[in-house]
Amino acid sequence: MPVATYAGREVDVDVEGFFTDPGQWTRDMAPEIARDAGVGDLGPGHWKVVDFMRAQYSEKGTGPTVRVLGKTSGVSVKELYELFPTGPAKTAARIAGIPKPRGCI
Amino acid sequence: MAQEPITKVSIIVSKGSLEGVYPALIMANGARAEGISADLFFTFFGLDAIHRRRYEHVKVATVGNPGLHVATLAGGLPGMSSVMTHYMERKMEKLDIPAIPEFLEMIADSGAGLYACKASCDLFDIGREDLVDQVKDIITVGEFYALAAGAQIVFT
Repeated sequence: MPVATYAGREVDVDVEGFFTDPGQWTRDMAPEIARDAGVGDLGPGHWKVVDFMRAQYSEKGTGPTVRVLGKTSGVSVKELYELFPTGPAKTAARIAGIPKPRGCI
Repeated sequence: MAQEPITKVSIIVSKGSLEGVYPALIMANGARAEGISADLFFTFFGLDAIHRRRYEHVKVATVGNPGLHVATLAGGLPGMSSVMTHYMERKMEKLDIPAIPEFLEMIADSGAGLYACKASCDLFDIGREDLVDQVKDIITVGEFYALAAGAQIVFT
């Protein structure tokens, strides 16, 4: 299994860079993951989405899709794509240290 | 050998039935969710999906649709298409699949471009004012190809 090093600690990730064990994630790793994912510096908008992803994952065992994010996170679909141009749910999940959300809508 | 990932898609919507329109919308929305650029080009009966007065009334084809498993004769009965459409829409709502108006808004908000085919608009006497606000422009086939440069073209 591939390994990545964030905040000086080794973590298990899949081939796309998603954490396979969300328990290994700590908040201080997020800025480095964001840089790897091409997002750049994390602002309050990014954190709002990342925290929401994290909360949804611990509640439901899976991360929300873009549609669910747009309806429930308080961040609109338009803003989500501005924050995460390479795919909001996918990129935010990676930064939040949770598996890639599955869902077609 | 690793394949090059898809970075851009141009999806052509030529059918005006529910089952003709949804796959294209789902593919465009799904592309954007993966960070893939996407444009939608509506032509012929596909224009109904972006027509102000028609896009809330797109129906399932109950005739000439063997996959529906309804006898052709029964499928042709008055009201059959409305009943089947209503049934499908309820199932889709349960799965949180948005209705066409909301879906188009979401796709446009994701940064995908929505375009109408000029030849089809001329053919059906459709003007810009007949189309929903999310449509960026009415374009020619040549302009479509220019926009689609470097994209995978998907015809539905």
